[in-house]
Amino acid sequence: MSAPNGSLLSVQGIAKRYGPVVALRSADLTVQPGEIHALLGANGAGKSTLVKILSGVFPADAGSVAVNGRTALLRKPGDSMAAGIATVFQDPALIPDLTFSQNLRISGLARDDVMPWLERMDLAHIDFDLLVGDVPLAFLRLLDLARALAHRPQLLMLDEITAALTTDQAEHVFDVMREWKEQGRSVLFISHRLGEVLAMCDHATILRNGSHVADFALAGVDESQLVTAMLGEELVEELAESAEDAAVETGTLTKAFDTPVVLEARDLRLRDKVNGISLELHKGEILGLAALEGQGQDQLFQVLSGDHRPSSGELLVNGKRLNARSPYDAIRNGVVFVPADRQQALLPQRSVRENLTTPLYNRVRKWFTLAGDEADRVDRAVARLDIDVRAGSQAQRLSGGNQQKVTVGRWLASGFDILLCFDPTRGIDIQTKAQIYDLLRELAAAGSAVILYTSELREIPLVCDRVLVIYNGRIVHEQDAATATEEILLTSAHGLEEAGA
Amino acid sequence: MSVDATPALDAGPDPEQQTALRRSGRYLATHPHWVLVFVLIVLILITGMIEPNYLSVSGLRNSALFAAPIGILAAGQTILMLTAGIDLSIAMIATGAAYFAANQSPNGPVLAIVGALVVGIVAGALNGVGVGVFQVNPLIMTLAMSGILLGLFTEWAQTIFAGSTRMNDFIRTLGGGSFFGGRIPWAVVVWATLSLLVVYLLRRSGFGRNLYALGDNTVASRLSGVRSWQVLLAAYTIAGVFGAIAGILLGGRVGAVDLQLAGVFLLPSVAAAVIGGTSIFGGVGTYTGTILGALILAVLNSMLNFLGVGTAVQQMLYGSIIIGLSWLYTRIAATQ
Repeated sequence: MSAPNGSLLSVQGIAKRYGPVVALRSADLTVQPGEIHALLGANGAGKSTLVKILSGVFPADAGSVAVNGRTALLRKPGDSMAAGIATVFQDPALIPDLTFSQNLRISGLARDDVMPWLERMDLAHIDFDLLVGDVPLAFLRLLDLARALAHRPQLLMLDEITAALTTDQAEHVFDVMREWKEQGRSVLFISHRLGEVLAMCDHATILRNGSHVADFALAGVDESQLVTAMLGEELVEELAESAEDAAVETGTLTKAFDTPVVLEARDLRLRDKVNGISLELHKGEILGLAALEGQGQDQLFQVLSGDHRPSSGELLVNGKRLNARSPYDAIRNGVVFVPADRQQALLPQRSVRENLTTPLYNRVRKWFTLAGDEADRVDRAVARLDIDVRAGSQAQRLSGGNQQKVTVGRWLASGFDILLCFDPTRGIDIQTKAQIYDLLRELAAAGSAVILYTSELREIPLVCDRVLVIYNGRIVHEQDAATATEEILLTSAHGLEEAGA
Repeated sequence: MSVDATPALDAGPDPEQQTALRRSGRYLATHPHWVLVFVLIVLILITGMIEPNYLSVSGLRNSALFAAPIGILAAGQTILMLTAGIDLSIAMIATGAAYFAANQSPNGPVLAIVGALVVGIVAGALNGVGVGVFQVNPLIMTLAMSGILLGLFTEWAQTIFAGSTRMNDFIRTLGGGSFFGGRIPWAVVVWATLSLLVVYLLRRSGFGRNLYALGDNTVASRLSGVRSWQVLLAAYTIAGVFGAIAGILLGGRVGAVDLQLAGVFLLPSVAAAVIGGTSIFGGVGTYTGTILGALILAVLNSMLNFLGVGTAVQQMLYGSIIIGLSWLYTRIAATQ
């Protein structure tokens, strides 16, 4: 029962439950000084819970934590800071209504403390007086990282930091991690991108269903070994089969669609963000969109989903002009939207059932009773998406992957023709990812149409039929998804193709 | 140096006992109604010990009679608090409705009651337009509305409302009378009927779903196609109607109206909802909880009356209860 000699962090038997849901059964983790240590597991495995416990966000129910060989009581964030641990959380811990410099002051830091790090990450130009709420997520992650680094922690914990980052931004993060390691300090790295993990990390600890299942020294280990450890043998085989099915299907769908156009955008513009986008979406088609962060794709989706009126241009749904005043008008016409940020789509304190059925009651004439087939609709959506509803009395208690399924399932339960998905697989595990992609293919095969923006370019050929690349609010590239390699997409996403062609 | 892995993070006396305690704590946190029922019974018994006559049909009837207008006002507050709103003008709406009813009393009960309800609908709808369409903060909107109404009614008391300030006999029976050998107050029947309606609305109607959704996450509601202005307009109008009904009953019980008629019920109307576990931040709460909250306040009122504690101290107590419970529920929510 003793921690290995000289370890920086030693965690033993940490357990945590939220009401009826066990988030962590027994988590063990040992991090040595001067190493980059990966914490891996499917969604709901308990990674974020462990990180939060180690950050002093909430206490564990049982277990012990030792830092530098001494038992550490982590009751509040300050305890963990004092023990030399700093964290960059999945959701940036910055206050949106304050400027970045005000946020710094709250954490007791000055501009000069973070400036060297911002320079390292090519962010020296950032305006410190910008409201945090107006800064794109990717930048916030990096600002949050700079802030954490300024505390010069012994252990830096990065929870899904690369999920929203572009390749070059992620590269900056990796540089910092390497430097941290060279200084004899440590990094605890959480990522669903196993390529990054294998390239960057020395050791990995794997959690499954809240328990510690394996430790790996990563030299000589390949992705499939990690995946098997994360998911267990049976699931891996199942997933391999469904991936083959998907590949076969996409192979047959590379020809141009001759089905009717269900959604057409004509020269859409919104302020200086969307600069004249025209596109056609066919029935049964999955249209992929690729773009670097902040190229107007957010605003394009706001316009398509009726959340924002375009400055000019028009939108036609089934040939009829749609002039939406609010998402309601788009939804009435069968156009529905799954946002990237689950916090924008979930009713955290309400049940899964209520979350799934909210759109059923958005018309005044539906106010007076509940839908007679409500239970059926819910059951079908839950079964189809395989949602774990054990913690279903409050959506906020579900794991991230299950929450994401609820945001998609809402539209399965209430019906739609055209599904707009904005990065629906950001920061979720490969199992849920595969389920969501399978679902999109099934929906398209059944006659729906899908527009899918994803930051995971590699997955575009697997899921989509056709892909458009957006750069600076314009479509700069279009091609069959089947032949869209990451290189092609990245090149055009940087706006390089225009010059070359 | 080696480290002993005792459960350092959770230094309880006995883990077994602690989990049992925690489990029951968690159960109560998720099912607060049983706590409220317990508190209610204890309060009734204590009051009975102070004044043995209280534990009789007439003693309990008086508490129920007192609880009815609070419960009806609190129904309005519950509906609004679910949307993260509140109606600080509801007591003034009640007073105004009562004034109107008294003024029209010589013309018969139907006109008096319908007129009073129209006062509630108009004032409530104005609140709804302010909050729902123009997105004025609910506290500001309804506080200002309360001030405007007070001014109007003060002015009208000498002009438009000049004439009868005495309630029609039918309304007096409705507000203060009983049936079944004087055992069951008519006001309680009105309250019970409205309660069924509210419980149905909150649990079994699409409108209820919209209230909870809106209070829990405005953005998510919007993306689900919920148009908040419609929901809020309806919610504030309903609250106005409930205000008017409470005003009619109060006026009927007192027999005559004045501008101070319902003012003292504003704080209890919020307190009943808060005691019942409705979150002032929206998205969480039930009307059953509020009903228990109103009953608790009514018993408390009887108890304090028997102890000779005046209205001033009672208001202080209501204020303290709101503050204390808001703190407590925030704590419970944080530990969940």
